Amino acid sequence: MNAPAYNFAYLDEQTKRMIRRAILKAIAIPGYQVPFASREMPMPYGWGTGGVQVTAAILGPADVLKVIDQGSDDTTNAISIRKFFAKTAGVATTTATEDATVIQTRHRIPETALSENQVLVYQVPIPEPLRFLEPRETETRRMHALAEYGLMHVKLYEDIARFGHIATAYAYPVKVNARYVMDPSPTPKFDNPKMDNCPALQLFGAGREKRIYAIPPYTKVVSLDFEDHPFEPYRFNAPCALCGAENSYLDEIVTDDKGSRMFVCSDTDYCEGRQAAGHHGSESAAPYKEKAQGGTNG
Amino acid sequence: MTTIAELPPGFVDKVLSAQSTFRSVMDAMARPGSVRRIVPGAGTPDRMMRGTAAIALTLFDHDTPLWLDARMAESLELVKWLKFHTGAPVVQDSSIASFALISDGGALPQLERFALGTSEYPDRSTTLILQVDSLEAGRSFELRGPGIDGVAMLNASVKPFDLFERLHVNEALFPRGIDVVLVADDALVAIPRTTRIVSKGS
Repeated sequence: MNAPAYNFAYLDEQTKRMIRRAILKAIAIPGYQVPFASREMPMPYGWGTGGVQVTAAILGPADVLKVIDQGSDDTTNAISIRKFFAKTAGVATTTATEDATVIQTRHRIPETALSENQVLVYQVPIPEPLRFLEPRETETRRMHALAEYGLMHVKLYEDIARFGHIATAYAYPVKVNARYVMDPSPTPKFDNPKMDNCPALQLFGAGREKRIYAIPPYTKVVSLDFEDHPFEPYRFNAPCALCGAENSYLDEIVTDDKGSRMFVCSDTDYCEGRQAAGHHGSESAAPYKEKAQGGTNG
Repeated sequence: MTTIAELPPGFVDKVLSAQSTFRSVMDAMARPGSVRRIVPGAGTPDRMMRGTAAIALTLFDHDTPLWLDARMAESLELVKWLKFHTGAPVVQDSSIASFALISDGGALPQLERFALGTSEYPDRSTTLILQVDSLEAGRSFELRGPGIDGVAMLNASVKPFDLFERLHVNEALFPRGIDVVLVADDALVAIPRTTRIVSKGS
């Protein structure tokens, strides 16, 4: 035997048991961050070690895995994690949201509505929503114990005092099941409403910070706001340049050094699906694809 | 005298059987009231149901102190089987147990005797694994809470008869509390601490 032999889905069984117990507690206490003994993974912190450990603990041979990074199936992070599980667990992978049973995500929720037989696994860098307001773990833990979240409202209020509106655009804090304030990971606040009453189970893994938390299906998730400054999801006021979608979250792409730019769906699977269904925007293809099409390779 | 060679076996495929069992338990916990099946087979020691055995092989190890009710603790085979296959320490003090196995629901101790977690660490609580007569027939219960789209119905024949009334303590204690997994042969239903239950009679 020359090749190193790994266990199914890389992690050893003792580690999986520990993570699985943490996941069960996380589901039972929605929004509460369960400490777990996060392992070193064969990828650096910040590349989704928490999400990968959660996925490894739940994944089975019958699962179909999709991995996205900022909505895209085609970035380095998404491709390498997909390949990691294709190799270590032999699972089928897909880029189609509706075909997946487990979706690991970095910083987006797919545009396509999720279903009951899906699990969404988030990669989380800083799980503690109060961390930038109070650096001491002992204090933030007590604040959660007492449901003392005044500080978070002060932070949102300071946004209003300074900018005239709540300027927090991503990692927008939510309250889960009317109890715990939770960091939804750095998803754009556009995605926050999708977490509310979602039919799919949502699991969050933070590898470096060693926390797992969860939102069970059909759970109330409310974005924090004020009566006179209600929560508003943000989106560039433009259709997608490729598929013409008016309701998807858009990435801004700078196309030259003269200030030209285009807006395209951040969710590549959603955008490609719409294009295949005959929807078109103002551009024929992404700039890099146009260039490739103009080349000798056709 | 029972030797180890005579003990009922564990999973045939340790890795994939544990994964499949875990997904059933996870789905049950995520969707309270829904009945899930344990698919993989394992040997079951005396007084232990198939579902309980599979959960033990999937979730227990040296990090999880176990508390056994008197009927289970009496069974030498069951205690040896747990020790051999999981290595989990059996403790007498229910307030430090990660899991409690109950085969005789009628003799379930007061819930306050188990670990309820602390306000800072509500996850440090005991999960009850309670063997019941049926999760298909019996009294009707209405369940609400996270994981449930509106209302879920559960028909179950459960001892103690006032289990769900007793679990009302979860409402006042939250986020502390007790999570319960009900097992009837290979069927299981989870009642996490967030679930509110109303009896609808038989």
